[in-house]
Amino acid sequence: MTEPTTVVSVSGVTKTFPRGNVTALQDINLDLGAGEFISLIGPSGCGKSTLLRVIGDLVEPTSGSVTINGKSAHQARTDRDYGIVFQDAVLFDWRTVSKNIELPLEMLGWDRPKRRTRVAEMLALVELTGFGDHHPWQLSGGMQQRVSIARALAFEPALLLMDEPFGALDEMTRERLNLELLSIWQQLQSTVVFVTHSISEAVFLSTRVVVMSPRPGRIAGIVDIDLPGPRSVETREDPRFFELVTEVRELLRMRGEHLLPEEEAAVAGEDA
Amino acid sequence: MSSGAANAASVQRSAAARVTWRSRLRGATHRAGLIALTVVALLAFYEGYNWLWRATGWTWPFPADDTTLPHLWTIFKAFADPAQVNQPSLFSVLMHKALFTAKEAFAGFVLGALFGFALGAVLAHSKLLQRGFLPYIVGSQTIPILAIAPMVVIWVNPKLPAGMQGWGAVAVISAYLTFFPVAVNSLRGLNSADPRMLELMRTYAASTWTVLWKVRFPASLPYVFSALKVAATASVVGAIIGELPSGLQSGLGGAILNFNQYYSIEPQELWATNIVAALLGIIFFLAVLGAEKAVVRRAPERRA
Repeated sequence: MTEPTTVVSVSGVTKTFPRGNVTALQDINLDLGAGEFISLIGPSGCGKSTLLRVIGDLVEPTSGSVTINGKSAHQARTDRDYGIVFQDAVLFDWRTVSKNIELPLEMLGWDRPKRRTRVAEMLALVELTGFGDHHPWQLSGGMQQRVSIARALAFEPALLLMDEPFGALDEMTRERLNLELLSIWQQLQSTVVFVTHSISEAVFLSTRVVVMSPRPGRIAGIVDIDLPGPRSVETREDPRFFELVTEVRELLRMRGEHLLPEEEAAVAGEDA
Repeated sequence: MSSGAANAASVQRSAAARVTWRSRLRGATHRAGLIALTVVALLAFYEGYNWLWRATGWTWPFPADDTTLPHLWTIFKAFADPAQVNQPSLFSVLMHKALFTAKEAFAGFVLGALFGFALGAVLAHSKLLQRGFLPYIVGSQTIPILAIAPMVVIWVNPKLPAGMQGWGAVAVISAYLTFFPVAVNSLRGLNSADPRMLELMRTYAASTWTVLWKVRFPASLPYVFSALKVAATASVVGAIIGELPSGLQSGLGGAILNFNQYYSIEPQELWATNIVAALLGIIFFLAVLGAEKAVVRRAPERRA
């Protein structure tokens, strides 16, 4: 297997917030190859969301640097090199579903027929054909998040940043969307950075899981996920799946002495 | 489980959104009936008070006689009678005057709304300007309009083309009353945009103008329309008051001033004029309400 080209390169990134003198990230080094699906996992306060935002140039690192496709993170943002999905769908409620998906295409100056064609494709991709003329508040939470994913993917960014996109959804919807996301990822062959606090979700989706620990936020370990693809409902019953879940959990536990009691409870309670 | 429930709820909601033509008609009839009932009740209250106080001779809170409370039929009859000898009916005279005042008020409303929104937009982008200017903007509204109207007339009239002489200055006075609620609410509305939406726009490397146009402006609309509803009636009041020091006789303000002088002899003419003025204000309000219904598409919980 040839070494894939590096898409995201994080080197020596440290981020301190002056207020309360919090070190959110300390000396983070991480390289992402093209087509990789990386999950960032850890208890709250471990800086996983901050790291995602540093990659997206939404937060400036205190020191260190991020390059995306060989460019600075700032340049990459200005060039619209990535799509982003937040925990909440963040849909514009005055726009219809179609118009929401069109938004980034408008920003890129696509003409109307071209936008319409792409929106139809994206609606099909996230299985929402026929809902284009609905307004966001007429959709369920899971459907809204699918619109948000369609919007992020509409301009075919090579890099997709996802900040706990399914965190607010119930378990059944989440598992269904996990499968959908994987099939989309396989179709588009994009690189994904996925923040989550669910161990099983991270293992199920990723090619690599980056386990982070808090105060200061750093990488506790990286677990290669060697589950065979394409993954399906059966993958979750594969013995290897459980081994990997345990491995990630152990890594989170090893750092347990740094955790506050309620955070430890959150880690232990996960997937129980 | 809960996903299924959410889906079912959403299906129900979208079914509700596709309200049939028939149920819409039923709703409209319902509302019209309610409005008619309210009007009838108010008129009945007016005549009821009139009858009881006249019959008993009660004087508290105020006595009822042909000067204080002319009978409804006297007022309505006044509409049909000529305002002066050998002149058209009062109704026809008042309609012309109302149209004139409506022109002033509409121009003032548009002017004030545009200026108010622009001011709000500028202030929304600068905390410094906000702190510096907001007190004066608030202060501007504590000056009675009657105190500045003569100056506005003197300043504005010479700069207007012949076709706008007189009423143009009144429109500016009306705008003075209109801009304030629009400016304050636009400022609030433009700042009400969801910070996560602003962050999303940052990932698209959107310019300040694009963010204003695609996020802040649509987010501000419920606030702006609340202000426009206040401004709509204020613009009519502003136009009527603006006519007084301008010495304009062509509008409702002139008519009110005139009928004021004859109130003790013919109170019904002032009452009739007031009814027309109130109806004009209501028409302005309803026009804004209609525009809001057509324009604002927000989630039910975000409608202001």
